[in-house]
Amino acid sequence: MGNLSQEEAIEGLKKLLIHNDKDEQILGGFQSFKTNKFDMYPALFRELAERQNPKFLVFACCDSRVSPSSILDFQPGEAFTFRNIAGLVPPFNKMRYSGVGAAIEYAVVTLNVENILVIGHSSCGGIERLMSHPEDGSTANDFIDDWVQIGLPAKAKVKAEFGHLPLDEKIRECEKEAVNLSLTNLQTYPYVRERMARKALALRGGYYDFVEGCFKVWEVKTIITTPIHS
Amino acid sequence: MTTTSNLWTNSDLRLQASRELPGLTKELESDKSERMERIEHGTDLFDEMKQRFLSFKKHKYMQNLELYEKLAKDQAPKFMVIACADSRVCPSSILGFQPGEAFVVRNVANMVPPYENGPSETNAGLEFAVNSLKVENILVIGHSRCGGIRALMSMHDDVETSSLIGSWVSVGMNARVRTKAATKLLNFDQQCKHCEKESVNCSLVNLLTYPWVEEKVRNGELAIHGGYYDFVDCAFEKWTLDYKESNPIGKSGKVAVKDRAFWF
Repeated sequence: MGNLSQEEAIEGLKKLLIHNDKDEQILGGFQSFKTNKFDMYPALFRELAERQNPKFLVFACCDSRVSPSSILDFQPGEAFTFRNIAGLVPPFNKMRYSGVGAAIEYAVVTLNVENILVIGHSSCGGIERLMSHPEDGSTANDFIDDWVQIGLPAKAKVKAEFGHLPLDEKIRECEKEAVNLSLTNLQTYPYVRERMARKALALRGGYYDFVEGCFKVWEVKTIITTPIHS
Repeated sequence: MTTTSNLWTNSDLRLQASRELPGLTKELESDKSERMERIEHGTDLFDEMKQRFLSFKKHKYMQNLELYEKLAKDQAPKFMVIACADSRVCPSSILGFQPGEAFVVRNVANMVPPYENGPSETNAGLEFAVNSLKVENILVIGHSRCGGIRALMSMHDDVETSSLIGSWVSVGMNARVRTKAATKLLNFDQQCKHCEKESVNCSLVNLLTYPWVEEKVRNGELAIHGGYYDFVDCAFEKWTLDYKESNPIGKSGKVAVKDRAFWF
């Protein structure tokens, strides 16, 4: 060891610290990020180290194929991102859904995001589970079922409007309808409603179809019509 | 509720093909401020998102059609990652996970509540990853300057919190108690940093409270790891739970770890 340069010694030590191929994969990913991003833009990352100021709060599914930073190229600092099964947003409920509530509260009240984007996707296992689960109480609920039940209003709507379609097409429709349900549920959070009223916050839905290779996005608008006089 | 919608497909890609699209590594800083300006104007937001999606489609999706066709049928990730929702710590960005590689749960302060707390979005994701996808690794990643941990450390003892953030981060109370005991002489920022790592270990202990997780770890089918991303110095630490040495986990909640690595 005595004859090695400092660089050689560090490289040798690094090799000892890679214990298996999983380590090697993550280390490779980290080194690539450090070389191609972090070290290339020091001023940006110095600023980010002090504070984050994202313009987006994003809700997306945990599915390994739908990372928002991959498909929409969100850079570090741009999107506060909450990922859960099927990207669902439950209605405001401090006791039952404090996890999601904490994310919305932090993003909207502390970080002052200007946009909330809820992204659904094709072949969603969570929505499939929601649509396939019998509602007659014959099957016990596990944690997944308990969670996807948030989507029951979307399931009911799809069954009413598209009852004639086969199950896999009903699932496709529910993947999009669940996004609309989440956008509606977001408006039950008082601070979301308040900011929407003064146009400081916009709500958008998105749907990523990785089978067809396309992305759909839409916006929530509230219209109050002029009164009709008798 | 009415909606205005945009659909971006192959036809748009053909129009874009003759124009050079902004690459990831080009002029990120000036590009970023230009992009932020465009995003500030609502109608340009759709245009911005369209450009980004079409760029993804051109540079990644179309370049790897075979992979995406395979992924369209099924996913088989080897990793489940639990990370913070913080905009600076996306696991795909910092650890280079490609589509299909990691099932990712992101919540405030990357916490895993214990089994006895009942259903939540985090353990729904855990159940799906472990029992349906049969991932081989769970990696819980903490990070520097975590707002959620700071909120946990700032909470008053014995006062019921009225905020949702307070309700959620209380899951990490054991980490706060252990931190306060171990770091009496450190300043608040240093205590928070200690708690950021302690909370990861707290989550690893909580993972083992799920019987179907513990069984798989015991059988060697599943490994659980902690990680810590420091974005001030750009460094990454990782460690693996040593189940044999940790068992049983006593009242102290301490875990034994192995395969510790520090990359910088």
